Amino acid sequence: MELLNDHGLRPDGRKPNELRIVRCKLGVTPGADGSAYLEIGNTKAIVSVFGPSEMRGNHKSKMLTDSSFINCQYSIAPFSKSERRTPRPRDKKSMEMTINLHQALKSVIRADLLPRTQIDIMVEILQADGGNYCAALNASTLALIDAGIPLREYVIACTASLAKNDVPMVDISFLEESIGGPSLTVAMLPNSKQIAFVEMSQRFHLDNLEKVMRTAQKGCEDTFRILNNAVRLYLKEIGAPNNFGQD
Amino acid sequence: MSDEELVPVVFKHAIDRIPLTTPSEREVSNLFTPGEFVTAEEGLLRGHGTYIDDGEIKSSVAGMREQVNKLIYIRALKGRYNGEMGDVVIGRIAEIQQKRWKVNLNAKVHAVLLLSAVNLPGGELRRRSVEDEHMMRQYLSEGDLISAEVQNVSQSDGSLSLHTRNLKYGKLSQGVLVEVPPNLIRRTKTHFHNICGASLIVGTNGYIWIYPTPESSEAAGGFARNLELKVDVKEREAIARINCCIQALVACKMMIYDTSIIAAFESAREFSTKDLLLPEVILQIAMAAQMKMGALE
Repeated sequence: MELLNDHGLRPDGRKPNELRIVRCKLGVTPGADGSAYLEIGNTKAIVSVFGPSEMRGNHKSKMLTDSSFINCQYSIAPFSKSERRTPRPRDKKSMEMTINLHQALKSVIRADLLPRTQIDIMVEILQADGGNYCAALNASTLALIDAGIPLREYVIACTASLAKNDVPMVDISFLEESIGGPSLTVAMLPNSKQIAFVEMSQRFHLDNLEKVMRTAQKGCEDTFRILNNAVRLYLKEIGAPNNFGQD
Repeated sequence: MSDEELVPVVFKHAIDRIPLTTPSEREVSNLFTPGEFVTAEEGLLRGHGTYIDDGEIKSSVAGMREQVNKLIYIRALKGRYNGEMGDVVIGRIAEIQQKRWKVNLNAKVHAVLLLSAVNLPGGELRRRSVEDEHMMRQYLSEGDLISAEVQNVSQSDGSLSLHTRNLKYGKLSQGVLVEVPPNLIRRTKTHFHNICGASLIVGTNGYIWIYPTPESSEAAGGFARNLELKVDVKEREAIARINCCIQALVACKMMIYDTSIIAAFESAREFSTKDLLLPEVILQIAMAAQMKMGALE
């Protein structure tokens, strides 16, 4: 199988610059301060945010007097892939993902406004079909917005790859990952165009890197527009019955 | 309990679930999301929920723009409780420290209740002695619920200090605690109500205490707690119904204050108590309550 067929289409029938369908829902877990569910194609993630709240239990020693302690936990459900995997606590992949998520989220959360508090961000991947990091980060952004936590702006991630050593492709699925294109993950702040996180699965030729990077950034901006619309719709839905809290 | 009294369990697919809020296409002008440009006008003060980037005011939360004279701020539609001086709150004792209790109010950090800010048995002018400090756990221990008033909001970090220097505040004994999102509570003249066959304390922090109306007014407040009191079935049912009505209003994201609770309670009269948990009934109660309130205004 190849990444692009003779008609210039990808294995799942998308054009090179086409995103998978993004669906999302905010306020899904009633017990949390903020929560979101996000699908990117068949990749599904659910995130719950608790806090900002008083430092709890064993985290107490990590209290920061000038900012908030951000406790981020990524985990992948045992049933999320084609073969069931027995859940292992603290496996290397999840730990790495946790650190990467933390890095991107830290760059947007205005933790300096919330001293002596803790924010818990619990991420669960329900179905893994490529772009787990993107689904996790985008859903976390939505959940943080739902929780009313001050953010500099959205932080959105997207992947990109290169087919036939020439054509950049956006939003890589699991199948495309396993066929073996190199993949680039970018997390960016869409308004200020700053980059919060970049990761490459393998080496790109320098001539191609810029092209692929630009494609990934375009993907981020497109995703941002979709998610921002969803947030606005959600706000109107929860705000209309109480006249947006106005007397 | 006989068989016909049991509530049948209703299973529903997620797709058949009744939506309690409806998506609206209506354009709302002053709605902002994080990172969105608010204004570049000169001479404005930026308040909560905003930050300055390149001389422009931008929003940092998702919510409504509010302007008071020159002050611009974004009020988040959801979030933790932000205290204001004079708010009536319900809290739970979380910790005991030197001369103070730490109270969980569902805010960002625990509030402080000083030993000197409570009415101790023996009159208002009593001196607080070292013995009182040792006795603190006997007055209020971890897990106790109290009603109190916000005495002061710290200028530096926004932390709250409380007081219970009034007989209407104090330790709560028998009743039901309902937790609702704090942004749905409307600040009104009074937060103590005696409606629908029970008494209510609507805490501004989103905690609502429903309790049987005390027979004598002096029983409320202080540290007295009567756990022997038998609450009769009628009152317990009223409490349960009020609880369900508040939950229905919350599910439909409607404001919670005395008028809306009474309206919901009146609308719920035609349903039996056990039906009040059904989503169809919840929706109907909320809609009927909204109509009633619309007719009042």
